[in-house]
Amino acid sequence: MFPPLLATGIEPAHFDIGNIGLLSLVVWLPLVGALALMFFINKEKTDLIRKFTTGWFALCMVPAILLVIKWKPDVQGLQFIENYEWIPMIGAKYQLGVDGMALVLVLLTALLGVLAALCSWEYITTRTKEYYVFLLLLQTGMLGVFAAADLFLFYVFFEVMLVPMYFLIGIWGGERRLYAAIKFFLYTLVGSVLMLLAILKLYFAAPGVAVAHPKEVADSVALLVGNNSGMLALVQDGIDVARNAGGPSGAAGTFNLFALQALGSARGADGLGFIPLNWQLWMFAGFAIGFMIKVPMFPFHTWLPDAHVEAPTAGSVVLAGVLLKIGTYGFLRFNFPMFPDAAKHPVTLSVLGTLAIIGIVYGSLVAMAQKDMKKLVAYSSVGHMGLCMLSMLALNPNGINGSVLQMLNHGISTGALFLLVGVIYERRHTRQISEFGGLANVVPAYATIFFITTLSSIGVPLLNGFIGEFVGLRGVLEAKVSWAFWGATGIILGAAYMLWLYQRVFFGTVTNPRNEGLSDLTAREWAYLLPLVVLMFWIGIYPKPVMKYIDGPTNTIVKQVSPGYFK
Amino acid sequence: MPLLNILGYPTIYETFAILPELLLVLFGCAALVLDVLLPRERKELTAYFCLAGIGTALLALWQVFETNRIRLPFTVFYGMIAVDGFSLTLRLVALVAAALAIAMAVKYLDVEEEQHGEYYALILFATSGMMFLSSGVDFITLYVGLELMALSVYVLVGYLKWNVQFHEKRGEKSSEAALKYFLMGAFSSAILLFGFSIIFGLTGTTNVEQVAGLLPGLFKANMLTTTGDARLMAIMGIALVAAGLFFKIAAVPFHMWAPDAYEGAPTSVTAFMSVGPKAASYAMLARIFLVAFAPLRVTGDPQIPGWAVMFGVVAALTMTVGNVAAVTQQNAKRLMAYSSISHAGFILLGFVAGNEMGYAGAVFYLMAYTVMNLGAFGVLLSLRSEERVGDKLDDLNGLYQKQPALALMMLVCLLSLAGIPGTGGFMGKFYLFGGLIQAGNKWMNILAVVAALNVVISLYYYARFIKAMFTGKEKEEAPVTLSPPLHATIVLTVILVLVMGLYPQPFSQLSRFAVERLGPPTPPQAAQK
Repeated sequence: MFPPLLATGIEPAHFDIGNIGLLSLVVWLPLVGALALMFFINKEKTDLIRKFTTGWFALCMVPAILLVIKWKPDVQGLQFIENYEWIPMIGAKYQLGVDGMALVLVLLTALLGVLAALCSWEYITTRTKEYYVFLLLLQTGMLGVFAAADLFLFYVFFEVMLVPMYFLIGIWGGERRLYAAIKFFLYTLVGSVLMLLAILKLYFAAPGVAVAHPKEVADSVALLVGNNSGMLALVQDGIDVARNAGGPSGAAGTFNLFALQALGSARGADGLGFIPLNWQLWMFAGFAIGFMIKVPMFPFHTWLPDAHVEAPTAGSVVLAGVLLKIGTYGFLRFNFPMFPDAAKHPVTLSVLGTLAIIGIVYGSLVAMAQKDMKKLVAYSSVGHMGLCMLSMLALNPNGINGSVLQMLNHGISTGALFLLVGVIYERRHTRQISEFGGLANVVPAYATIFFITTLSSIGVPLLNGFIGEFVGLRGVLEAKVSWAFWGATGIILGAAYMLWLYQRVFFGTVTNPRNEGLSDLTAREWAYLLPLVVLMFWIGIYPKPVMKYIDGPTNTIVKQVSPGYFK
Repeated sequence: MPLLNILGYPTIYETFAILPELLLVLFGCAALVLDVLLPRERKELTAYFCLAGIGTALLALWQVFETNRIRLPFTVFYGMIAVDGFSLTLRLVALVAAALAIAMAVKYLDVEEEQHGEYYALILFATSGMMFLSSGVDFITLYVGLELMALSVYVLVGYLKWNVQFHEKRGEKSSEAALKYFLMGAFSSAILLFGFSIIFGLTGTTNVEQVAGLLPGLFKANMLTTTGDARLMAIMGIALVAAGLFFKIAAVPFHMWAPDAYEGAPTSVTAFMSVGPKAASYAMLARIFLVAFAPLRVTGDPQIPGWAVMFGVVAALTMTVGNVAAVTQQNAKRLMAYSSISHAGFILLGFVAGNEMGYAGAVFYLMAYTVMNLGAFGVLLSLRSEERVGDKLDDLNGLYQKQPALALMMLVCLLSLAGIPGTGGFMGKFYLFGGLIQAGNKWMNILAVVAALNVVISLYYYARFIKAMFTGKEKEEAPVTLSPPLHATIVLTVILVLVMGLYPQPFSQLSRFAVERLGPPTPPQAAQK
């Protein structure tokens, strides 16, 4: 009923059998493993369960790596697109697709999955089978969040993921595990139910824009999809659903994530979007609260130390490595492109910026005061993620690139730190810093790896942390000098508490006789630490392969939010 | 349809429209006779007989739909019974709820040593009352249906005898609950009837569509009747009807009876009354407020707020009070009573939203609520054994160790009750929130936020069940055993909950079919043209 949206010179999509369902495979393979484990393996055979799960996680890496192999670097936007009907009544579809940014996070998730399984071999001694089932379920949830190209589907993954995490903390956690688990669940749920309302509001608001401003929407679609014909078909599909809202299909709008991005970032001659600013602000707030809790930003961070400290090592690794990233990813994927006017609004920027800075400084200072290593690392996450938020608020390519890199780096280095803390905890069953000292003499290999990770975490050049922080801060400096000052302060504080931790734990003479007989890293521990160390050096020395993936999506976000930037 | 009403009294065609109800009553009466004939140890056969009755009624209902498909909607019995999407859907819900409730009760009644045929007969009678509530379009039909249902349920609540041998308090509690429920129920019925009489006095009719046609006239001019301002009378009538119905659905502030009645009643009855009669009361509420009082949903007059405002306030209170009170409960049945109060508030949101999504959402939510609540109660029922009452939260401790599958099914039901995606409960909430947001007015948005935050509170107490099942200390004392019908019921409910959550399309269509003609039904003559 409507004329074709765009008359671009894009070639029609060529059918590629190799890509069909690859992303689905990535997302659902862990679930298949969970079901297999649940139904076919006896719970008494713990050794088999461990090996099976670890092997299965490794198997799940295969399609993820295939994504990289089949990746077409010169195509903008989404690849591996899948689009099937799901609930026509509300216009929700089973749509998957990853762009470079999501791809990087999918890979990180897949890798951390293997490491999480590997690091639990000896840590988890009770109810092994359930533990690994939940770990696999969690994996599907997290991968689904990054792969979903439909808001409804995203939301389903986003919330379902909480259930396995609740169990991981609640059953296998430390002493106050039940408290920490329910706190984690409730906090995140508050955010996500408010986000659901914002999603619904957007769902009802978008069709109006699609009908009233076809030309501007077409421009914004063109900007979003560039030369990508598959993505054009996907977005077009969503916009058609929106334009026929209220029709015989019964759908009142579309959940197509990228169509909503296009509709949200379409702008008129006055440079403003078509959704009224006050509604944009409300919806932005709805999404933002959901993601701010996830990140977590001050003052919504209080669930994090509890959850981290009580969670088993694998839980902490996944929590820090992936779950927190969902918050920052959400800002970049939803908040900025869908509500650009709200994102640029001075109130939004100052509120988020101030909270991020408070998070950086406060998180670092509290980390410095911790007596428990794991808690220290947990609070350092608050600081690092604050920096990640601050860089993305610069709203320029450097800032957002830095932010995405930071997400990746934080996943790698904090993941490694949690693994390392887990290693020592398994030996001594304590994480009190005062219990240790002079470990470098006893466990040199462990001390070396810990040192590299520490340096990576504090952003020493030639290691990954430096790249992210440097690029991000450069972006912040372009946008606002005072913010850059606070960001740099955070880095200095980070160096202070990490190095002080290192000094107290590893240097000097062995003060506690119980540490004298500690054994150094085992082969299994090497196996899960080495990949992360390699990544630290790789990204630190030659970040270009990674930058290649995140550069395109980042530029698109900047174009959507502040089109004037590139002129 | 030339044969219709030619003779001036109900024809066989009209009687056919209420065949499912008639069948239920027939089977119920036969069950009473059968109960006398069966030997003591074979009494449970009555249950299967009654299940067969419900099966027959389901077939009949399908036939009613199938043969009348083209001429829906229409009314029979001089405009007292409607055959439309709404009545068909809600009758289906009532039948399913009754079937599941009967299948669940068999083993439970054995353990309680109360296996009697009249239990199942009463459920059938109550169900036929529920079905009349879904299809009645006249105050008289509705009231008679309501009383048929309510009287049967009063008896069921007091079903447990005073049992000296074991847990003697139980019988006392059951009788106490029944008396409380009966007194409060009778009182509220009287209020409801009073409201009806006022409306009848003002409009001269008891038919919901005719009332809908006449009510706005009362508000047009400042109509002064011989007894006073007609508007005032109308508002009073509506308020009284609302109060009576709020009692039936246990909405705040008329919810006080629910926890006591739920706790005291035999668990199988609690399961039944928390879904079946509740859904039927909602059907009545919908028929009266969405048809008869529809014109006054929102009045143009700023001085007279429509009933939507009242419903909004009641919904917010009901959700919040129910949830907050549930948090501290130790008795599982009492907790479920409060949780069902809060669910009542959620369903009211659909009435407040006042658009198709909201109405369809209310119907969807009712369907989802029916299965998920029955599933959860099924698990609670399975805990009942010779040694254990099974209504404490602690009785769930370590369930996962004893019966992993059962615990996982309970988990699905609880997550659905809490509204986690992938379950029917989430889709229900999704539609209700969607309705409110679509309506888009400021107060509705605020109401949506209140409702959303209530989801979080509710998760907290459902998580207490989860905590007990998965991390509680295992008690060796009594193993959990399932009878085949109970097991089948729980599996069925869990499957339905998951299908509603993962592929809700057919249920969404059904709920939209239910509400798409929820307005004044067209008379048969008009449908003929």
